[in-house]
Amino acid sequence: MTHTGSGLIVDAEVRRGSFTLAVSLTAAPGQVLGVLGPNGAGKSTLLSAVAGLTPVSAGRITLGGQVMDDADAGTFVEAAGRPVGFVFQNYRLFPHLTVAENVAFSPRARGQGRREARAAAHHWLARLKLADLADRKPAELSGGQAQRVALARALAGQPALLLLDEPLSALDAGTRLDVQAELKRHLADFTGPCLLVTHDPIEALVLADQLIVMEGGRIVQEGTPAQIARQPATDYVAKLVGLNLYPGRADGSQVMLSKGGSFIVADHGQHGDVLVAVRPSAIVVSTERPQHASARNTWPAKITGLTLLADRVRLDLDGQPSALADVTPAAVAELSLDPGSQVWLTVKATDLEIYTPGEKQAS
Amino acid sequence: MSPVAAPSRLSSAERARRASRGGASRSVPAPLLVPALIAVAFLVLPLVGLLIRAPWGRLGAALSGADATQALTLSLWTATVATAISLVIGVPLAWVLARSRFPGQRLLRALVTLPLVLPPVVGGVALLLAFGRTGFVGRLLDSWFGLTIPFTPIAVVMAETFVAMPFLIITVEGALRSADQGFEEAAATLGAKRMTVFRRVTVPMIAPSLGAGGVLCWARALGEFGATITFAGSFPGQTETMPIAVYYALENDPDAAIALSLVLLLVSIVVLVSLRDHWLRGGTVA
Repeated sequence: MTHTGSGLIVDAEVRRGSFTLAVSLTAAPGQVLGVLGPNGAGKSTLLSAVAGLTPVSAGRITLGGQVMDDADAGTFVEAAGRPVGFVFQNYRLFPHLTVAENVAFSPRARGQGRREARAAAHHWLARLKLADLADRKPAELSGGQAQRVALARALAGQPALLLLDEPLSALDAGTRLDVQAELKRHLADFTGPCLLVTHDPIEALVLADQLIVMEGGRIVQEGTPAQIARQPATDYVAKLVGLNLYPGRADGSQVMLSKGGSFIVADHGQHGDVLVAVRPSAIVVSTERPQHASARNTWPAKITGLTLLADRVRLDLDGQPSALADVTPAAVAELSLDPGSQVWLTVKATDLEIYTPGEKQAS
Repeated sequence: MSPVAAPSRLSSAERARRASRGGASRSVPAPLLVPALIAVAFLVLPLVGLLIRAPWGRLGAALSGADATQALTLSLWTATVATAISLVIGVPLAWVLARSRFPGQRLLRALVTLPLVLPPVVGGVALLLAFGRTGFVGRLLDSWFGLTIPFTPIAVVMAETFVAMPFLIITVEGALRSADQGFEEAAATLGAKRMTVFRRVTVPMIAPSLGAGGVLCWARALGEFGATITFAGSFPGQTETMPIAVYYALENDPDAAIALSLVLLLVSIVVLVSLRDHWLRGGTVA
């Protein structure tokens, strides 16, 4: 990240009643920074603050080296004065205006003449393949079309920064993949920084270059999507990317898990606090204690639940430690696995991903 | 266990209706039905009386009289001007009440809606005391501009505005409160200043309520009697509006009174039809 001076820098707090959002982040020009987190993590508050819809309580926000909001200095640029394009979750297309008028709104509001604004609108409509829909009202659009119109409307104002709030969440599963691929292309064309808020890990992994994970108003992890998918820092992220996550203390090849149990790991020479991540498919389930196996970790557990996923069954297992394990439906039938069944779990030391928590995972 | 009640008749038509409406019996119990019918009779019979006694044969003659034409013309233009004034100053006030926060706001809202419940004649007296020749505002108008308001068409417009504007304000304020402010936020992020947001987003979004409030305001202004006769008097051609004309005509020319009443009834029906989406669906004002 070499051009941070021309990107977005947020180092601020927003207090709303008992909730406090405290974030420090940087998004470089051309970068898509994904903001992943559960509902109530403060993701939308972050976008509001950056857009100027909510002033910060402390700290500052700068864009391209210019101050947007500075609580200490008492300066604030109103939302209308910020070069920001905002794609809202439900798009918020003006229902009384046609598609072309919606897209021409920003150029017009930012001071262009009627004819110039219309020309700008048609340029963006053509670019997003929306020219045929120019005269429709938002109520006559499909979800995917509305999403594209919202993006065109945001881009037509020639923003220096793009904000996307759950851009695909209002779409049905069928159109989502197409719109997602298209959105990725348009984001690649955008030269400014882009903040993309989502609670869908797939969306974040596909669209973002860099990710931050927020929980309870703060950033709990940042890194590339690949790093975060492989080495989640919190239970929330582990659950999102479908991994078992165990905090513990390492002492050479042995890790004592803080919630009970222990693992033998391929020796990394680690000492102190570590996190261990295990894929549910790496855990082998047997009804009897395995003999003469090469796997180094074997422990008993009780099945507390079974969930059918697309092509496998996910077992909820209670033991030292508890775990999620994936098996085939055939295995469930052959081994007569039921809630309450006692089973043995094994996992190879080389299938355990061991890493240090809190390690800055910047690219 | 409770016993099963004796079965009653249920026709196939009634079965189909209940199935499609989803609900139990729709029959009305007698203790509710009888008072309800009395209420209907009470509301409808006077109108029937008006229609029965109407001088249908010489309706044209009764209405074409100079007094009737003058009253009708005066009523139409004063009500229209009063509505226009209410839109110009009432809509901004509705916005202020709905969107800003300041001390004394609740008191202001109460004051603004007071004319809704105030007897109109009291409003007329109040207007007279403020804007009459000796009133504290009227005296200044008189000495500075030589302007005398009472007993002129201006007084008619003022009386009508005083009584009718609150209808517009509460309708529009309700619409502003329930309107999704997300659209205004979106407009702001697109670079629109507050006045542009108001003009290009807020007003179009509340247009239906603006229309309904305007029609309601106009209808109320058209029917205004108490405040007008107190503040503006009843000079034919100057301040004698339709309702006042009806009242005086009843003494010496009942046929004309009935004919004028029919015109007002017709206008009311047109207003009601134009407001049907707002009022006849059992919803609220906004």
